[in-house]
Amino acid sequence: MSRTIFERFYEGKSGSFIPRNDCPVEGLDMLLTRKTPTSLPVVGEQEVIRHYVELASKNYHIDKGMYPLGSCTMKYNPVVNEEIAGLSGFTGLHPLQDETDVQGALQLIYDLESSLCEITGMDHFSLQPVAGAHGELTGMMIARDYFRDRKEDRKTVLVPDSAHGTNPASVVICGFTPKTIPSGDDGLVDIEALEREIDDKTAVFMLTLPNTLGLFEKEIKKIIGIVHKAGALVYMDGANMNALLGIVKPGDIEIDIMHLNLHKTFSTPHGGGGPGSGPVGVRSHLGDFLPVPRVLKEGERYTFFSDMEKSVGKVHAWYGNFNVLVKAYAYIIALGATGIREVAENAIINANYLMKKISRHYDLKYPGPCMHEFVASGRNLKQYGVRTTDVAKRLLDYGIHAPTVYFPLIVEEALMIEPVETEKKETLDHFADVMEKIAGEARNNPGILHEAPVTTPVRRLDEAAAARNPELCWPLENSE
Amino acid sequence: MSYVQNTDRDRKEMLGYIGVSSFDELIEPVARELRVKGDLKLGLPMSEAEVVSHCAALARRNSPASEMASFLGAGIYDRYIPATVRYVLSRSEFYTSYTPYQAEVSQGTLQAIYEYQTMITRLTAMDAANASMYDAATSLAESLLMACAIKRTDRVLVPAALSQRIRRVLESYSAGRHITIESIPWKDDGTVDLDEAERLLSEKAAAVILAQPNYFGLLEDASAVSSLAHGKGALLIALVDPVSLALVAPPGEYEADIAVGEGQSLGIPQSFGGPLLGFMATRKEYIRKCPGRLISATVDSEGKRGYVMTLQTREQHIRREKATSNICTNEGLCALAAAVYLSTMGDDGFREVALQSAAKSHRLYEMLSGLPGVTLPFGKQFFQEFVVRFDGPASRFLSRAKKSGILGGVSLEDDFPELGKGAVLVAVTEKRSLAELELFRDIAAGKEVRV
Repeated sequence: MSRTIFERFYEGKSGSFIPRNDCPVEGLDMLLTRKTPTSLPVVGEQEVIRHYVELASKNYHIDKGMYPLGSCTMKYNPVVNEEIAGLSGFTGLHPLQDETDVQGALQLIYDLESSLCEITGMDHFSLQPVAGAHGELTGMMIARDYFRDRKEDRKTVLVPDSAHGTNPASVVICGFTPKTIPSGDDGLVDIEALEREIDDKTAVFMLTLPNTLGLFEKEIKKIIGIVHKAGALVYMDGANMNALLGIVKPGDIEIDIMHLNLHKTFSTPHGGGGPGSGPVGVRSHLGDFLPVPRVLKEGERYTFFSDMEKSVGKVHAWYGNFNVLVKAYAYIIALGATGIREVAENAIINANYLMKKISRHYDLKYPGPCMHEFVASGRNLKQYGVRTTDVAKRLLDYGIHAPTVYFPLIVEEALMIEPVETEKKETLDHFADVMEKIAGEARNNPGILHEAPVTTPVRRLDEAAAARNPELCWPLENSE
Repeated sequence: MSYVQNTDRDRKEMLGYIGVSSFDELIEPVARELRVKGDLKLGLPMSEAEVVSHCAALARRNSPASEMASFLGAGIYDRYIPATVRYVLSRSEFYTSYTPYQAEVSQGTLQAIYEYQTMITRLTAMDAANASMYDAATSLAESLLMACAIKRTDRVLVPAALSQRIRRVLESYSAGRHITIESIPWKDDGTVDLDEAERLLSEKAAAVILAQPNYFGLLEDASAVSSLAHGKGALLIALVDPVSLALVAPPGEYEADIAVGEGQSLGIPQSFGGPLLGFMATRKEYIRKCPGRLISATVDSEGKRGYVMTLQTREQHIRREKATSNICTNEGLCALAAAVYLSTMGDDGFREVALQSAAKSHRLYEMLSGLPGVTLPFGKQFFQEFVVRFDGPASRFLSRAKKSGILGGVSLEDDFPELGKGAVLVAVTEKRSLAELELFRDIAAGKEVRV
């Protein structure tokens, strides 16, 4: 356990970071109304660095080893992108500078939108949403305003049970009512159930493609036909788009609205959970509803355009997470058309290879072929008293991050695994070997798994206690 | 470039192991007629050298505010960022890590964010803070949904002197829930009209939003707004500038129920308006209603202190239809930046930033008062940003200033036409020097200035 920064307090002083005040003025008393002290940490610069370096040593991260987290798509983050995004010509821009001063930024936004349109087959993109779930919410707002504009009263959004967890939450926050569509035994949308549930109150069918089981909907054309015939829109959660790059364009198969997770598919670091970026794409009939402003190109000049009567308005104060856009842009131009397709091919090959290797020791409810991820089950280990959590924690002991566990909810003891395209065959072999070793330990010495992890900075943490009695900040009285 | 490491031989071996003869066979579930024919129109791959030179050329087409004497504010500020922040953030242990789902190997991120939560509670004098949200606008929108859920009513009052960009975000978030947003007008001095607020509160409202300082930089009588709101059974949501809190009364002192704000000032570059850092703090009783991520201290199986994400039942994970938050990705790295910034600055340094911003803005205000052709409509009760009105259109002053290397402020003509022509919002942070203030004054006075 590390001391908190508040315990590093000593009778000293912080460094000097800003020049001496050359404009002293009288009469600021009216401002000085704070009664309680701010009680920030008071530590020297070296202590600050030591504190955060100590914390850094307690983190797993992609530069250290693989993250087989299904649906989270943790791939290598090209280091050059950090250098580019750090240029003062990008980081130093104020969002209210004159358009003439930010032509490079506007061009980057415009070109990135065009690239995303080309990759997805959608007609327009807005880069304003700053996270995948934020993109989903924006997509739902677009659907809401679209039906309002058509004076159609549609309130229901159908969501398959294999969808991402944020989907129904975004639906609710936007004022729609989610309704679950079950999957069939093959893990795909139960088309009969869809036909049964869809009616003239359905606004949207919200589909994750490929779905969270890593499966591509074989009957996708039929599904889309059913939804459109009912007058509803098809929303595609594009979090798994890395499986489709250069292979399928959602716009071409008549998906109406989709979002992308730039931080997943287009490789921008996740930074302990963000910042991300969740652009929303639509086909032309929905273009008028995108958030404002949009960037237009007039001759060689780029301008902002906000005069859109039907727009959902704004979902972020400015233009989204611009600095994240820079990284995604650099990634796309580095890869080009062939590199983009290579991503999908290698993601899919890696996933199928790993799935087959893992299947020797773990159950597969839905045998392949899969797309870029697959879901295994640890249910065969239950007979030894071992749960999926135990497998996950034991992996940490072997220096590997755990897969996504207990998701999707429709697979018992789920282990959702996504190797991503940047991992090499040898790494996958090692991961499969460790998984095999753990299955062996479960059979022969399950106690080791119950005890795991033992090599990590802390042992298994009591999450239930935290939820019962949350301690969300360091008490003031313990600070000095 | 290609960041794929598998060789052709690897791929062939892997396809063989899988038991297919080709990649095409492997993606058999994807019907052939659905597949992309030919290459995407994206151009040829670029080498790293080409990517760098292409992007650097784009960056050069911009003239960053950070390299000029910038008086632009309106929510995003040009502040000094200590080198410690860049150093810590550039460590890949932080920026290439993921959401701390496996707490045992994510203690670095978790503890840093726990400490960030602590710093936000201390700045705001509130009981608890969440672990970062997208930006001030979405935090305010989320707090509004939260207040309506707590009070089970769907009407909120917001000050008319609110950023129009934030206002539009509130509107798009509220539309689905049929929440009515009504404006409280400002008085001649630019602050909230309390009589109007009282009149509007005669009908039940879930919350009153107080912007402190307001969009014009002015300090409101927070306690009066607070008593008014509470007296009528509404919650008080305070939208605050974190730097101002080093000096002015924090939301906890005037009994706000929810405090939100923009953390960009705390060590995050302007970056054309993103990524930003929304913060939210609240009272103990509302923690479970609070959206976004929360980090809690707990113990491990040996009784050792450790940290976990908690109360995720409010989120996507369980009771999906009942989720009160869809926030999944947050702004973790930005929260880290704020924590490092505040740790580096400490109480004294942070207060100095606030004091210098206040002192310099007030100095400029004094230098402008009495200049011919310049009006200061709202008085001196401001923190670091104030409204100045020029004779003639705002654009005329702003373009003259720009010729001298100064970004003179934000024109208010479009968003607040009632302020009349020539209204400009001027922000003065600790980074501005006396020489720059003098230059600003000379331009405002109509002098010919050569730089």
